[in-house]
Amino acid sequence: MDFSFTEEQTLLRNTVERFVLDNYEFETRRQMTATEEGRNPANWAQLAELGILAAPFSEDHGGLGYGATETMVVMEELGKGLVVDPYFPSIVLGGGLLRHGGGAIADEVIPQVAMGEDILAFAYAEPKGRFNLADLETTAKADGGDYVINGHKAVVIGAPFATKLLVSTRTSGGVRDADGVTVFVVDAKADGVSIRSYPTVDGLRAGEVYFENVKVPANNIVGELDNGLPLIEQVADEAIAALSAEATGAMKVLTDATVEYSKTRVQFGQAIGKFQVLQHRMADMFMAHEQSTSMTYMVTMKLDEDAKTRGMAASAAKVQIGKAGREVGQSAVQIHGGMGMTDELNVGHYFKRLTMIDAQFGNVDYHLKRYATLSKS
Amino acid sequence: MDTSFSPDELAFRDEVRAFIAENYPEDIKAKMEAGVELNKEETLRWHGILAKKGWVAPGWPEEWGGTDWTPGQKFLFDQACAEAGTPGVLPFGISMVAPVIYTFGSDEQKQQHLPPIYNGDLWWCQGYSEPGSGSDLASLKTKAVRDGDDYIVNGSKTWTTLAQHADWIFCLVKTDTNVKAQEGISFLLIDMKTPGITVRPIITMDGGHEVNEVFLEDVRVPVANRIGEENKGWTYAKFLLTHERTGIAGVARSKKGLARLKEIAKAEYIDGRPLFEDQDFSRKIAELEIDLTALEYTDLRVLSELRKGNHPGPESSILKIKGTEIQQRLTELTLEAVGTYAAPFYRGLDDRWNEFPVGPDYAVGSAPKYFNMRKTSIYGGSNEIQRNIIAKAVLGL
Ligand SMILES: Cc1cc2nc3c(=O)[nH]c(=O)nc-3n(C[C@H](O)[C@H](O)[C@H](O)COP(=O)(O)OP(=O)(O)OC[C@H]3O[C@@H](n4cnc5c(N)ncnc54)[C@H](O)[C@@H]3O)c2cc1C
Repeated sequence: MDFSFTEEQTLLRNTVERFVLDNYEFETRRQMTATEEGRNPANWAQLAELGILAAPFSEDHGGLGYGATETMVVMEELGKGLVVDPYFPSIVLGGGLLRHGGGAIADEVIPQVAMGEDILAFAYAEPKGRFNLADLETTAKADGGDYVINGHKAVVIGAPFATKLLVSTRTSGGVRDADGVTVFVVDAKADGVSIRSYPTVDGLRAGEVYFENVKVPANNIVGELDNGLPLIEQVADEAIAALSAEATGAMKVLTDATVEYSKTRVQFGQAIGKFQVLQHRMADMFMAHEQSTSMTYMVTMKLDEDAKTRGMAASAAKVQIGKAGREVGQSAVQIHGGMGMTDELNVGHYFKRLTMIDAQFGNVDYHLKRYATLSKS
Repeated sequence: MDTSFSPDELAFRDEVRAFIAENYPEDIKAKMEAGVELNKEETLRWHGILAKKGWVAPGWPEEWGGTDWTPGQKFLFDQACAEAGTPGVLPFGISMVAPVIYTFGSDEQKQQHLPPIYNGDLWWCQGYSEPGSGSDLASLKTKAVRDGDDYIVNGSKTWTTLAQHADWIFCLVKTDTNVKAQEGISFLLIDMKTPGITVRPIITMDGGHEVNEVFLEDVRVPVANRIGEENKGWTYAKFLLTHERTGIAGVARSKKGLARLKEIAKAEYIDGRPLFEDQDFSRKIAELEIDLTALEYTDLRVLSELRKGNHPGPESSILKIKGTEIQQRLTELTLEAVGTYAAPFYRGLDDRWNEFPVGPDYAVGSAPKYFNMRKTSIYGGSNEIQRNIIAKAVLGL
């Protein structure tokens, strides 16, 4: 039993930490997210140069061959900086689908992704699908050796930056059937693809992605035809582990900032941190962060186990960070008083990100249900 | 024990409902339903409609335009407004500074200020909080020094709601620094056009411009603009805090919000069925509704005391705490119900809110509203301070 990190992992952490310190000073981030583009492409180039984008890919694909623990380390540090570069959509989601899907398409695309040349986004959610990954009205119909995709994907994070989209479609069966789901790679500039871009409340960029008779060759199938759901679920569980790490990083910043603030803010002749009711609330924040760290480690270590074990671990972690994120976020704002409400202070921004993380890949309710269902299976 | 209202009262409620149905402008209604903040013109338009009808300041003395309604009628009026989803009348003039003016002000002050407040001709803001003085308001530092018939005011106020539109500000200032904090405070009415006043916006995390910093640098204020006696300002401020506490529970508005939440839950789908039919979610709605019922009956008990002529004491802190917790929970559940489409952010929501949204209309503003409503447990005496009040003043701890 040992939860310590290797020297290499610590080095990786320091590298990302440095990147955040250099590029994500709060004011810099605020200005960057307010621009039309919503990010600074130079940051992406730097992440590529540092090898961060290549981390989880195999050496054959130009990667560093790192595993889930390294992704966790990277995501936690990115979470501390509220980083808006599309590491999560491109490397964790898109990269994850290609890594596990394998085949010629992975050989072709991954090296570009690892170098930061291609940016990926995963178009999976649909307007009526809520969190059900199989609830798909987007279809791909065979047409000679090609497929023709039609549909509308909702709030695709990172879509405005993407050069290539991964899209979940229904190739057979009915809406919500587990079978008949297929993932394709589609060029973001392909005929028939249109993206309506917008900022999100947590400072990211997303888009509505519309597919209108978009023709793609069968070679663009990621994983197996009609058997895409297990692949998507695996990547979704990895995504949850990554989001847990990100959330844990954000909670750490909020807890520290709140404790610090409570020591310096004086009301009624004393630091507000002296009021016991606030002390207890901060003790709860501290515990929420620690428990979230534990669950993040837990899920990260179980990602390679069988689908049931992995799924339960991911759902458990998502429940923990959903609840803890809300508690820590709300408490941080409350204890900062009026200051916590402002756009000028970082507190509100972390709170907003934590709020949105809860709705990514299923919220607390969804994962409680999933956990209960899996545990009976 | 009887929770019903008299036939007269119910007839009155019907009259209010009919008036609203006929006079509530469609454009304002649409914005309110989408949960989008109103601009100055819209806020004043609704104020003007009520003023014209004679209903904008029910609590005032009749000679200044009050209605002489019973507490029951006031309650029913607020309820009818909330049911219809009308904007609330801004409190700063009508229910904050005006009661101080008609209770403690001079005749000149009443003549000068009450009619324009009534008609909405002048916009007021509240200058109490300062950067160093929030919960501990009495520690405020803004100073007013006598200079002939004027005070020279220096200092800064913060979190001043809607000061960007304000014509006047009512301020608490220090006029004596050698006594106990509460005993050296005076209550001044200040024209915002006076040289030396600058307003700087504070943007809140939801992206809105609701609050401001107000800097006062050598601002000359006639002594005639002081309310009542010098150094008695704290008494007037405290009076204000206990005045017009009815309505703080916001029961009717929360009911309206709850109905809206149910509509959203019916329109949203989970595994092909309406979210409203989902057991987990409907239990959460039920729980909130039950909490709201408890608050409603507590509110009615306070009302019944008011009808007997008793003033609610520190118990009314219950209404503030539970009322705001329920409002916050409502926005939290609404955000949850909306799901995926809570994420898009519409910049400059105020003027562009109806540019076709990417998701359903009801999703617009659901996240900003949730973020914004965190304020309710911070302002108006934070919920920690309210609990301190219950512990000390009610429980004697
Ligand atoms: C949106 C908004 C609008 C506002 N509008 C106005 C306005 O128009 N005019 C105006 O004058 N003011 C306004 N305020 C200011 C508001 O009244 C203050 O924010 C409030 O009094 C809290 O003060 P503070 O923000 O300085 O927080 P602080 O007083 O610094 O409090 C920080 C935290 O410490 C807690 N705390 C403080 N003292 C104690 C204690 N004794 N025991 C336990 N906990 C304690 C608080 O509850 C809070 O959680 C507004 C505030 C907001 C957020």
